[in-house]
Order: sequence, then structure tokens, then C-alpha cells
Amino acid sequence: MLNTSSVLEFKSSTFFAPILILFNNDMAAIEETLHAKINLAPEFFRDSPLIIDLRDLNKQNQDLDFTHLTQLLRRVGFFPVGIRGGNDQQNKQARALSIPIDTVREQGAPIIAGNVQKPEMNPQPSSQPVTTVAKPSVNPAPIPPVAVTSTLVTQPIRSGQRIYASSDLIITSQVSAGAEIMAEGNIHVYNTLRGRALAGVHGNTSARIFCFDLQAELISIAGDYKTSEDLNKQTYHGPVQIYLQDHALIIKEIA
Amino acid sequence: MARIIVVTSGKGGVGKTTTSAAIAMGLAKRGHKTAVIDFDVGLRNLDLILGCERRVVYDFINVINGEATLNQALIRDKNCNLLYILPASQTRDKDALTQEGVGKVLDELTREFQYIVCDSPAGIEKGANLALYFADDAFVVTNPEISSVRDSDRMLGILSSKSRRAERNEEPIKEYLLLTRYDPDRVKLGEMLSLDDVQEILSLQLLGIIPESKSVLSASNAGIPVILDEKSEAGQAYADVVARYLGEERPHRFIDSKQGFLRRLFGGKK
Ligand SMILES: Nc1ncnc2c1ncn2[C@@H]1O[C@H](COP(=O)(O)OP(=O)(O)OP(=O)(O)O)[C@@H](O)[C@H]1O
Ligand SMILES: [Mg+2]
Repeated sequence: MLNTSSVLEFKSSTFFAPILILFNNDMAAIEETLHAKINLAPEFFRDSPLIIDLRDLNKQNQDLDFTHLTQLLRRVGFFPVGIRGGNDQQNKQARALSIPIDTVREQGAPIIAGNVQKPEMNPQPSSQPVTTVAKPSVNPAPIPPVAVTSTLVTQPIRSGQRIYASSDLIITSQVSAGAEIMAEGNIHVYNTLRGRALAGVHGNTSARIFCFDLQAELISIAGDYKTSEDLNKQTYHGPVQIYLQDHALIIKEIA
Repeated sequence: MARIIVVTSGKGGVGKTTTSAAIAMGLAKRGHKTAVIDFDVGLRNLDLILGCERRVVYDFINVINGEATLNQALIRDKNCNLLYILPASQTRDKDALTQEGVGKVLDELTREFQYIVCDSPAGIEKGANLALYFADDAFVVTNPEISSVRDSDRMLGILSSKSRRAERNEEPIKEYLLLTRYDPDRVKLGEMLSLDDVQEILSLQLLGIIPESKSVLSASNAGIPVILDEKSEAGQAYADVVARYLGEERPHRFIDSKQGFLRRLFGGKK
């Protein structure tokens, strides 16, 4: 008789996927904004799974052809793996495309564990954004309490390894030269930082980087960066914090 | 339970094969039935260092392809009857190594042996990845120079993410540092990184420092693992490594410059 456990097994597990929240049904504008976002972290977005959130659009009665949207997302390199907040027509299209449908839970509840939505620290800069990835909507509705998560990593990040956190990122071990750490929020390294560290990768200009010993190859906040060439001009003793001021990275020793 | 040890480095020519032969012999000499496998397909080296190159009939690839049984291919060492060698093929192409094939051979070996030492090829390609995939312990062989340290760091990243243990979410591979070809005099002159420099980047559990020693070359020319040359510093250093791996406490040796000591003693200028 066949021993079933040697063939397969079901395990419950969580899976990370960013959520794309749409506020506008203009396909050209969506495509343009997506390209701009992808350029901020091309490696991260390449072949990334994606969940599409249409609640806001449907609340505003803006219609959108889900099949066209899916084609667009695949063209720019995403793999749509879920829809939520779609109307009947959109859900039907999703089913035809074999994309699972998530029933909308209460506002702010995480759709996938490990990807808890995080409130903006900074108000969105320009006018009404067209899209945002894994960020809460700018919605006048009362904001329910949401958990602010952080990602904790305790093992060393070695050359060639990459870590991405959709939250704050806290690392207690060293980050080697040739390693890359990225976070949508702040980055804390309670050790030597020798690799590349990019905070606020979705454009959060108030994100900061903190580290015990700064020997980085590159530091970046919301796309503004300094390389080791700039950094080597000065030596820092002890812990530092790095933040943005008028598009310039400021590095300050923490007394 | 058998333990699978991978001897790896990233960078080539740092002393992986020398180390594989030495520690496999050391483990066998201490009474543990040990097999050592050459993963360096096309370059066959391990059998030379162990002096059994003329007794090779079948190899690792023959076993994987089912052209020979494991027992036909394993060569018993001439100096120690608890040590067996599974040589690499000189003629086959690297693609002959498959994960499934390697897994099957290792599975069979773990039933018969206490330690299985995998001598990895250089690089971070398929051969090196297969050599480490099934490992329980990793000996990361590093020379005191920046390119070797960088490559070791890279290898450590692969060990922690691309092994069977990582994929199955099991306890990670235990990683150890072996600093080889260490020359305290050149460290003093600033021509080589010091142990501290290396550890600042790698921060690994140090299993031992193997000094640069002429006896390594003469041992490999004679086809006898250097660990059997008990008079040589390299041989003693490898014996310490095996003892520490088996849980004994031994102070680290061969770190300091002898010259420096004499100079200090006689108050000479540097
Ligand atoms: N401690 C040592 N002292 C002096 N020479 C050494 C020492 N260790 C290794 N060597 C020499 O370095 C050379 C390379 O050693 P070995 O073949 O063991 O390296 P390897 O890492 O297996 O190389 P490859 O990456 O090509 O497989 C050999 O000539 C060997 O004799
Ligand atoms: Mg070798």
C-alpha cells in the first residue's frame, strides 16, 4: 500500500506578498506610477507576487477591467496572486484567470501574516497618489488600530544575501560587505554594517538608519544615497544615525 | 548518527583537499569509521594526496550512474583501515553529478560510516553547492587574505540559505573556521591579515589555525596526509582541529611569530 506521507504533505504557512492598492482607474497613469515605483527597487519587484486591492476604487464607483490590469501587471514583471475588494464582474474575471479571491475583512486587517499594513509616518507628499504598494489608503474613514510590525533578524547577513522588510528592520548580527538590506521603514543594525542598507525604499523620507559601526558600502534613504567613497571621507566612532534633511543624508554620531 | 562534513571555501587553492585528507585521516585514526569523497569532478586530487591514485577502478560518478556499487568504488586507505576514499572521475563531465544521485550515495554511506567528509571544488557553482547541500557541519577553509575571506563570507551565506537543512527549516549547518597557510611573520609585517582581522569579518567558531609549512607539500608528494607527520607543525595543528571538533578543549597554537618572541627576548629592534 502507498504510504501517503511519502508523497505529499500539507502545511500551514505564511507567504509574503505586497498589496497593490489602487485609487484611480486610469491605466496609463497606473503603468507610469508602477514604473516609477519599480525603479526604486527593481530587484525586489522582479517576479514578485502581488495582491490587488480594489476596495477603494469600488467605493468611488470607478470601474476597472481586471483582465486588462492583470495583463499590465504581468507585463511589468509582477505575478498577481490574489484580488480583494473586487466587484462581481472583477471577481468573475479573476476566477477565469485562476487568481484567488479574498473576501474583504475589516479595514486594516492584514490579508497575509507578515505583511501587516503600517501607518505612514509622513503624510503623502504630492497630490492624491495613483497607486501605492503595501501601504494603507489615504482614507478619511476612522483609522482602526493597526499593528506596527518590525522584522527581527538575528543571524549574520553574509555577502550575496539580501533581506527585505515591509516594516522596520532590526538586525542584531553583522551585515557583511556584499550583502544588501532593505526596509520600507527604519533600519537598525546593532552591529557592524559593511554592506548596503536602504531604508524607506517606498519613498518614506522620514525613515532612518541606525547602526553601531558604520562601514557601509552604500546607505540610502528614500532613494537618496551615499557610497563608501563619500562615507570614507570621515570616520565615525561608535553608533550613528542617518536621516534625510532637504534631500541630503545627514550622518550623526549618537553620543 | 553519521555526520556529513563539507570542507568548503569559495576561493580555489586555499587548502580544502589538504584539509579533507587530514581530518578524514584524523577522525579514522581516532577510531571513527570515515569516508572521504572527492566532489571535484574532472580534477581528481584527493586520491593523490592520500596516495591511492593507482588503485582507482571506479569512481563517484560510476556509483551515481549505477555502473558500480559503492563497495566496489570505495578504496580502503593503506595507512588506516577505518578510512575509505570515494574518488572523483577524471574523465566525466561535471553535469554527471546530480542532487538525487549524490543524495542516494550519501544516504547509503550514512548507514555504514560515522563521518563523511566532502571535499568541495572551488567556486560557488553546482559542484560546490552539491558538496554542501546535505552537510551537517561545514569547515570553512580560509587563507589570511582579503579575497579568500570575502569568498568564505559568500560561502557562509550559501550554507545558511541553500542547504537541505535551510530548505527544510531544520537546525542550521554548524559552521567552523579553519584558517590555513597562516604565517605569523608575514602577519607581523602586515603582508597578511591577522586572525583578528579575519574574525572581525567572519566571526565564526575557530576550529584551528594551520601554519604555512613545507611539510604539507612533502606529505602530498609522498601521498601521506600531513596529519600523519606528527613532527610537523601543520600535522599537529590538524590533530588539534580533529580533537576540538570531537569536543576536546585545546589551546590555539601557531598564532604568534616565533621571530617576534626571540626579538622580544633579546630586546632587538624590529
Ligand atoms: N598549510 C599549508 N602550508 C603550505 N602549503 C599548503 C598548506 N595548505 C595547502 N598548501 C598547498 O596549497 C596548494 C593548494 O592546496 P589544496 O589542493 O589542498 O587546495 P584546494 O583548496 O583543495 O584547491 P582547489 O580549490 O584547487 O581544490 C597545494 O600545493 C598545497 O600543498
Ligand atoms: Mg581541492
